[in-house]
Amino acid sequence: MKIKMTSIFLICIIGLFLWIMGCGKGKYSITAAGSTAFQPFAEKLAEQYMQAHKDINITIQGGGSAVGIQSALSGAAQIGMADLVILPPEAKSLTAVVVARDGIAIIVNPKNKINNLTLQQVQDIYNGNLKNWKAAGGNDHVITVISREAGSGTRSSFETIIKNISLTKEAIIQDSNGTVRETVINDVNAIGYLSHGLINEKIKPVTVNGICCTTDEIIKGRYILVRPIFLLTKGAPKDKIKDFIDYILSSQGQDTIKSNGLIPAK
Amino acid sequence: MKILEEKGIYRLLMVIALSAIAMLFLIVLFILKEGLPFIFKVGINDFLLSSNWHPLTNNYGIFPMIVGSLWVTLGAMVVGLPLGLAGAIFLSEFVPRWAMRIIKPTIELLAGIPSVVYGFIGVMVLAPLIRDYLGGPGLSILAASIILGIMILPTIMSISIDSIKAVPNSYREGAFALGATHWQTIHMVVLPAARSGIIAGIILGLGRAIGETMAVIMVVGNAVKLPNSPLDSVRTLTANIALEMGYATGMHRQALFATGVVLLVIIMILNYSATMAIRKMGKNK
Repeated sequence: MKIKMTSIFLICIIGLFLWIMGCGKGKYSITAAGSTAFQPFAEKLAEQYMQAHKDINITIQGGGSAVGIQSALSGAAQIGMADLVILPPEAKSLTAVVVARDGIAIIVNPKNKINNLTLQQVQDIYNGNLKNWKAAGGNDHVITVISREAGSGTRSSFETIIKNISLTKEAIIQDSNGTVRETVINDVNAIGYLSHGLINEKIKPVTVNGICCTTDEIIKGRYILVRPIFLLTKGAPKDKIKDFIDYILSSQGQDTIKSNGLIPAK
Repeated sequence: MKILEEKGIYRLLMVIALSAIAMLFLIVLFILKEGLPFIFKVGINDFLLSSNWHPLTNNYGIFPMIVGSLWVTLGAMVVGLPLGLAGAIFLSEFVPRWAMRIIKPTIELLAGIPSVVYGFIGVMVLAPLIRDYLGGPGLSILAASIILGIMILPTIMSISIDSIKAVPNSYREGAFALGATHWQTIHMVVLPAARSGIIAGIILGLGRAIGETMAVIMVVGNAVKLPNSPLDSVRTLTANIALEMGYATGMHRQALFATGVVLLVIIMILNYSATMAIRKMGKNK
């Protein structure tokens, strides 16, 4: 009996502790949800902003672009984040601000000797018409096509820009930028695409039509696989929410975006 | 005072027990409410038997996922069943009791490893091995089967051990008295007597395999297609829901609930047959 009482007491203490922790001491709180591609950047920006404004608590959630639009519509989050080339019709009622741009890099394994693909080749590979690396000038291996799940912002942007893609049934589907990268690291014959901020030395971005996916080329407007990142609010942003978005658009915020691998809005 | 306490506890426990059942009913009700209208709208044939899954252009055929789920589950059985059964026979019939007391909990620890860890091992170790030695993309039915086979091992094994242990010793003594060897006793007397318990274990393992999501998403590749060989990538019903729910809206979202309905029906059938098998075991004793 004594042991039981002690454990109940302990549970109560832990519960109380969590409750107090969760409360956030009455700070004004802003929630931003959506695009997983922008999530890490939003977290950094929020952290910086909160250091300057101790009375505001910003929570960043992922979930994907559709979640961003949904939660901005429903009011579950004050700010929705979406990384789509074309916003869907249901987002028409929201106010959209472009805060950054993001390149989509086409990546292969470093052991693959292919360095350049034409837009046509990329389209053929993802349509399943080009099945072997030999046909693109590589070794005689079957291509492992890696794509994202239906509804992913990166995928819909990719397919909108490349045009006329009806994804081959052989394509392996991964559910995040990170897992696409892992799969390409592990498979010599794989091809995938991901947000260009996530390129590292274990994968090789190929040039598309001879143009490399770098910040410079994207700013010059030569690299075409680029999508805007929107912050969506219900009605025009007001007060503290506007202040936060303005901070992201300020030169300090844009520098943070740039130094972490995204492309500034302007 | 004592009586009051007794009654209070009795009421409290009853409320807790009923709320557990209520939760099950609410979940089933909710899934049916969201999923069934969709199935009727699209048509059972077009939903279950079409292999066209393009939610963005309103094609919702989950046949490849049903086939995928069945393949992966079957594969898990091929891997897990011989291992589980052989292990159970060995542990319950050949190993002294003190050794079993150490080995059985160790195997049951397998069930405590989070599925994401299994998936991680699958992606990092198993898939590259399969790709290098057998070809294909590596992320495949075979990889998922091996991972799931290991995951369902503890379920099959511990229920089988319990049911083999439950066979009365007089059966074994009778067989020995007739001149049967140890192995003859096991496969002619003990296993048939423990049959329904073993079957229940297998069905519960099946349920676990078909319901597993995280590990499967990571190792199976999730391509929506009908597989030609165990080295092909497929998508399971559970993976379909988990992959697309974050992005799904409108009809697409309902389609995922409808996928849940199909899954629910399959698992209900499996659990019902497991219960039946266990009940039969009770009668045999």
